Amino acid sequence: MKKNYLEISQVGIEFPTEGEPFRALQNVNLSIAKGEFISLIGHSGCGKSTVLNIIAGLYKASEGGVILQGREVDEPGPDRAVVFQNHALLPWLTVYQNVELAVKSVFKKTKSKAEMRDWIEHNLSLVHMDHALHKRPGEISGGMKQRVGIARCLAMQPKVLLMDEPFGALDALTRAHLQDSLMDIQSRLGNTVVMITHDVDEAVLLSDRIVMMTNGPAASIGEILEIELPRPRDRLALAEDPAFNGYRQQVLRFLYEKQRNPAAA
Amino acid sequence: MNTANIRSEISQCLRDISLVSLLKGLRRTVKNLVLPLTGIVIFLFIWQIAASNIITSLGQFPGPSDVWQQSKTLVAEHYQERQKAEAFYARQDVRNTKKLAKNPNADVKIRPYTGKATYFDQIFTSLYTVMFGFLVATFIAIPMGILCGLSENAYRAINPIIQTFKPVSPLAWLPLVTMVVSALYVSDEPMFEKAFLTSGFTVALCCLWPTVVNTIVGVASINRDLIDVSRVLRLSSPVYIKTIVIPSATPLIFTGLRLSLATGWMVLIAAEMLAQNPGLGKFIWDEFQNGSSSSLARIMVAVVTIGIIGFILDQLMLALQRRMSWDKQAILR
Repeated sequence: MKKNYLEISQVGIEFPTEGEPFRALQNVNLSIAKGEFISLIGHSGCGKSTVLNIIAGLYKASEGGVILQGREVDEPGPDRAVVFQNHALLPWLTVYQNVELAVKSVFKKTKSKAEMRDWIEHNLSLVHMDHALHKRPGEISGGMKQRVGIARCLAMQPKVLLMDEPFGALDALTRAHLQDSLMDIQSRLGNTVVMITHDVDEAVLLSDRIVMMTNGPAASIGEILEIELPRPRDRLALAEDPAFNGYRQQVLRFLYEKQRNPAAA
Repeated sequence: MNTANIRSEISQCLRDISLVSLLKGLRRTVKNLVLPLTGIVIFLFIWQIAASNIITSLGQFPGPSDVWQQSKTLVAEHYQERQKAEAFYARQDVRNTKKLAKNPNADVKIRPYTGKATYFDQIFTSLYTVMFGFLVATFIAIPMGILCGLSENAYRAINPIIQTFKPVSPLAWLPLVTMVVSALYVSDEPMFEKAFLTSGFTVALCCLWPTVVNTIVGVASINRDLIDVSRVLRLSSPVYIKTIVIPSATPLIFTGLRLSLATGWMVLIAAEMLAQNPGLGKFIWDEFQNGSSSSLARIMVAVVTIGIIGFILDQLMLALQRRMSWDKQAILR
């Protein structure tokens, strides 16, 4: 598998503060293959979100850069769709209109009106939200909102799907449902995904590789763990799988022995 | 359990429910009707006592009963004036038909009735003057607020001007506006009275600011995530403003508009007094100059009218806000 579909090389970033500039990231290097599912894991404040925002183009790296399919990333765009932790749906638009906004801005020139409608409905049915097309975000549950947020991103047909703790604000059951949905969709569409998570089980269950980050300031990549569990993965079967538990322990050891939480220490 | 039993139980339930809802309804009536009425009655009582102890050069200060009398008189005067107008038009019609009967080519003139404006005419004049000023202000204030909210640089450039003009009293603007309107609005067949334009623009100048300031705050406090969404989608500026900026600033824009309308209505009365626009302001001024024994009571009628109309205008804005707001659960007051 060629691993240079998305390349993060020598990325570092400094934020201006009142005194010394704050160095959040340093020497972040990562190559991602097409169709790969990557999780970024690390303690709060280690700069996971910053990495994601740099890939998205929402932040500009102070040094180094990101190359997607041979082209440098220098601004945000729909080829790097972002699923936000708090869904970031427009509360005054319906579910359908929220996805429509994205579809219109990406396919305005290439799809006809009818095609766009089919495409919006298709993506909402992928996340099982086709029953609530004309509801507003305020009228649906947190998990449903996140599904719509994912549908909005899928509908843009991004080269990379960036997910910033997409399930962090959900209860455990809903989270499990959404993880299964996401695995199912990813196996069918072959999306390249970079996901931030705090949840070790989630990372092991979903990822091809887990990228573990060291604590900031000047955070970097500590270790990368390849998860060689066969797909499709079933959470019930894996719960007793020694390989699965082995991976879990490696991640936990990294987080709680090698990189003890600075806030807890 | 047999059917009769079930039936009696159901009817018992219904009785309980209706009793509970009756009690609840009673409590609501007390809260929403009895308490405000008590407040009003106590107020009227204090007013009556205070008024009977104040003697002015125009006689006793009017108490509630005098004001009630005068408000009836004002209504009666309105109907009298309308009857006079009808009689005038009837006479004119009769005259004209006679003329035409004699000579079909006769030059028939239809003259408008030129009686004095009644109290209701004056209320109407005030209302459309304030609406004119308020609309002019709105059309300037909202775009200006959006511009300043979106662009830090525009805000820095415009903010000192806003802060300087915001506290200026309408009375300071009025002479300037009067002279400018006189100088610039020169036409043989004027569509508007000059006094109307002067009052309207003075209202606009004073009620611009609350909307500008609130719109700026509303636009500047858009959720960061939504801004990021718009960047990822590469929304064009018009689409961004239409789909994200305006909806998320709507609650504060409306707060601004309501403050503006209230300010405008206050300013209007002062402006009409000085500009002699034939509205409620002029009514008060004329009554004051007139100085009859009933003048103070008639002014007091105007005071109450102004208050009630101000209240109604605010409620109308609130209703409009409810209609336009995407968040139907939001508590608006």
